[in-house]
This record gives sequence, structure tokens and C-alpha cells, in this order.
Amino acid sequence: MFLSILHRMTGVFLSLGLVVFALWLVRASAGPEQYQYFRAAMGSLPGIVLLIGCTFAFLLHAANGIRHLVWDTGRGLEIRDANRSAWLALAFSALGTAVLWGMRL
Amino acid sequence: MRLHSPLARVLGSGAAGEGTGHFVAQRISSVALLLLGIWFLYRLFSLESFAFLDVQRFVADPMNAVLLMLLTVSMAHHSWLGIQVIIEDYVHEPLVKILSLIASRFLHAFVAVAALYSIVSIGLNRL
Repeated sequence: MFLSILHRMTGVFLSLGLVVFALWLVRASAGPEQYQYFRAAMGSLPGIVLLIGCTFAFLLHAANGIRHLVWDTGRGLEIRDANRSAWLALAFSALGTAVLWGMRL
Repeated sequence: MRLHSPLARVLGSGAAGEGTGHFVAQRISSVALLLLGIWFLYRLFSLESFAFLDVQRFVADPMNAVLLMLLTVSMAHHSWLGIQVIIEDYVHEPLVKILSLIASRFLHAFVAVAALYSIVSIGLNRL
């Protein structure tokens, strides 16, 4: 149940991620000096927290999106199945974020 | 009596005269994003570094540039559709709602075109 509102919240958060994505490309096309500011901002603690948040939000939104696509076919709608896939989606995104950033940091 | 069959009257009715288009577009863009998103995440986390030259080399590669542009369009489309639903659900004052929807559309178009222009610009600069 809680994943329903989390899907919306991660969705809105990822819209902010879209702005960061665009800013990354815009700054990179503007030249090395301009790009350096962006890189420093994203390398700072708030920047890293934002990027980790985007990674988690993307994985959770994607995993939960797959649940929605499966539901659209009429499958997995039993409460027991829905609860199980909810925890699976949450575990997958938490673990995925940890693995990806564990490699990077 | 009208010379109008019940079916013809029903078609195109409903709250907004259409309904499934938005739903279907949201699902199709979600499938595109699933594929492009996994590719992008994989490439991001296997990128050598985020130094200017490494990022420039990554974006300038033709295949990467094409996929990044597809990713930009899919993300902007999907995000626009999603934000639209959220505005329609939570903003009830008609004027504020309409203005929010227009603002969201303009912002999404701006962000998407800015990203697309930058990708092309990086690619052409490397020639």
C-alpha cells in the first residue's frame, strides 16, 4: 500500500533528476570551466546525497513500474502476491543502490 | 429522434472526450525508459570518471548520443504525463490547475530541448 504514494513521490523526485540530467549535458557542452562548477556541486555532500536519492528513486520507480505493468495484464493482484512483490521491489532498489554506489565510492 | 446511432454518440464521450491515449502513452514510454534507463545506469556507473574529457568522449560517441537523445525524449514525455496526473489530482482551483499544466508543459519542453541541443553540440564539437 505504501508503495502507491512512494511511486508518485519517486516520480516527482525523478522529474528533478531529469533537470539534473539536462544540466549535466548543458554544462558539459558549455566547456571545461563551466562543467567544473557542476562537477564540484555534484561531488559535494548534498550533491552525492541527491545522486544517491536519484539512483534509489529510479530503481524503486522502475521496479514498481514493472509491478504496474504486470497488474495491467490482470496478474499479481491478490493481496498476498501484491504485498510480496512490494517488499521485493523495495529490497531490490535498496540493494541495487547499495551495490552501485558501493562500486563507485 | 436524431440520425445519430448510440455508438456514434458514445464514441468520443467521457470526461475529456478521450481516455486511453494518456494511459497507453504512459505505459509505452515506461517500457522505453526501462530499456534506456538500464543502459544509462550501466554506462554511468562503468564510466571511467566524470572528468570533462571522459564525459565529452562518452556523449560524443554516435551510438551513445542517439540513445541519450532517445532517453531525453522518453524521460521528458513520461515525466510530463506523470506530473500532469499529479496536478490534475491535487490542484482543484481551475485557473491554477490550467496554469500549472501549461507551466509543466513549457518546462518539460525547455528541459528536453536544452538537453538535446547540448548532446548535438557536444557531438559536433568533437568532429
